[in-house]
Amino acid sequence: MARPHGTPVDHFPFTFVIAAAGPFPSSTHNIAYNSFGDPCRSLGVNIGFKRTTMSAIEILDLEKSYQVGFWRKREKVALRPLRLTIQEGEVFGFLGPNGAGKTTTLKLLMGLVFPTGGSARILGMEMDDPRVKSQIGFLPEQPYFYDHLTARELLNYYGQLSGVAAKLRTARVEDMLERVGLMESANVQLRKFSKGMLQRVGLAQAILHDPKLVFLDEPMSGLDPMGRREVRDLIQQLRHEGKTVFFSTHILSDAEALCDRVGVIHQGELRGVGAVVELTSQAQGKIEIIFCAQAVPAGLTQLGAEARVSGDMVNAVLPEKQQDAALEVLRRERLKLISLTPVRKSLEEYYIQNMRPMEGPKEENRKGVGV
Amino acid sequence: MNAGRADARIGFIAFNTFREAVRDRVLYNLIAFALLMSGAAILVGEISIDIERLVVVNLGLTAVSIFGVVIAIFIGIGLVSKEIDKRTLYTVLSRPVRRWEFVVGKFFGLTGTLVVNTLFMAIGVLLALLYTAHKFEKMDEWVLVALYFIVLQFFIVCALALFFSSFSTPLMSAVFTFALFIIGSLAEDLRGFARMSHGVGGMLATAIGYLVPNFSALNVISQVAHGDPVAGRLILYNTLYAVFYSAMVIAGAVLIFQHRNLK
Repeated sequence: MARPHGTPVDHFPFTFVIAAAGPFPSSTHNIAYNSFGDPCRSLGVNIGFKRTTMSAIEILDLEKSYQVGFWRKREKVALRPLRLTIQEGEVFGFLGPNGAGKTTTLKLLMGLVFPTGGSARILGMEMDDPRVKSQIGFLPEQPYFYDHLTARELLNYYGQLSGVAAKLRTARVEDMLERVGLMESANVQLRKFSKGMLQRVGLAQAILHDPKLVFLDEPMSGLDPMGRREVRDLIQQLRHEGKTVFFSTHILSDAEALCDRVGVIHQGELRGVGAVVELTSQAQGKIEIIFCAQAVPAGLTQLGAEARVSGDMVNAVLPEKQQDAALEVLRRERLKLISLTPVRKSLEEYYIQNMRPMEGPKEENRKGVGV
Repeated sequence: MNAGRADARIGFIAFNTFREAVRDRVLYNLIAFALLMSGAAILVGEISIDIERLVVVNLGLTAVSIFGVVIAIFIGIGLVSKEIDKRTLYTVLSRPVRRWEFVVGKFFGLTGTLVVNTLFMAIGVLLALLYTAHKFEKMDEWVLVALYFIVLQFFIVCALALFFSSFSTPLMSAVFTFALFIIGSLAEDLRGFARMSHGVGGMLATAIGYLVPNFSALNVISQVAHGDPVAGRLILYNTLYAVFYSAMVIAGAVLIFQHRNLK
């Protein structure tokens, strides 16, 4: 499946899909040999071919380092070789703590900083192709805008720069102001705007020209719960419109609620990629049993269960291999079983696990992240 | 304008730069300048005998030049660096705007601001001239030529400020630009010194004399104050020189900015 870099993606209409096994519906785009021919992590067993859409973003070993220090120059790595593919129509969350490399990745893709190595293709074009820019929208982290302009003037200016025709532009600007709830403040200079209002302007300018692909850098940062909800709704709307959304965040609940897939980055290195449902469904080798009782049966304790009583209910966690024996205890004691579920890893646990220092050689680590 | 074209995008960026300068009340100094000029003209009219015109033209044009250079440096040094610091540039360059278009647009926005600025200040000077002489004379047309040369000076100063702003801090950009303005105002003297010098020192003085912008050739204030005409050939040469020099400096700014990482 490997192909030389630079081959048009259109020549690869098929990708080799391995659907994830498990209790959850398999995702059609989470585990695949992408059009770079990268071997990708496989978790499942159902193998088949599926026609997929074009890749929206293909990042091939993109890396960035800076020279720091005045006299004694030393290299500071901001992003280690990153290999990642995002499909069209996908909502992808880029997770990581502050300084992990999320913003660097976005700046590289936007052409604001230049890579030390590697390349990327956006919507089938090289990332430095000027044609790309008219099809993407970008919201920087904590955006600042020309504060001498009003919201309406700013959107009109960005519409001009994006090449939106004059007739269409006025309607688009009004539509965006309405959509982000800024119609009443449309003629107020941005210097009088609150942080939340600026974030709304930022979102409006990012989607003003109806881009196919939207990059959002920490879109929920600094917003109150209501503002965060509105941004989440907006991202959902973009998904329904078939847009591809690539957003960075360190708020896991947002990623869990919105993303088809997430990538975890730490210290400039991609630590893992996968569908949220897949990452959080990895069994821990334990089961959780909930049943009606006012005390923990002695038989369960002997099986090594960690149990707690809550009113008339008992919640017990015990090793998966003890499942049959535990059910036998409940049957013997004539206790009513409410539920039995495998213990799943939360996204937070997955995230924390990936924040730990990597073990083993770098090359090995990289193999698992080339999705 | 069609934004699919580079010139249209440059126009939009230039207009936004101009609009920013206007709204930041930079042009408000014009009112102060007009009042100052009128006041000075009245005062000069009272205390000067026979040389009112000479003093008003000298004072007025020098003030126009200094005010303009200060404004050019003041705005020019922040044109690029401020956009990087405030990150307003991110949302511009993530659109179909090439970096050179941004720099050129900024340059035209600033020069546009200064042309409008000079226009207002020129009105102040001419009104002062009218007050002292009660009528315009034939030789006053050379005052307009001197004003035109001052505008050409602003073009070069804007380009220099923008050039330094593309890689340096605002403070250092201001220092560099102002230093070059001073040295450039003495360019003729420097070239004269070079002609008299020999050896390495002479070669160095010649190189510097021709590398720095020749602001002294663009300064005909004293000449027109005395009512002397300006040769048509000088107008042509100065125009070509200012356009060529500014273009070279802007090209340098583009070259640097083109490869700059926007941290």
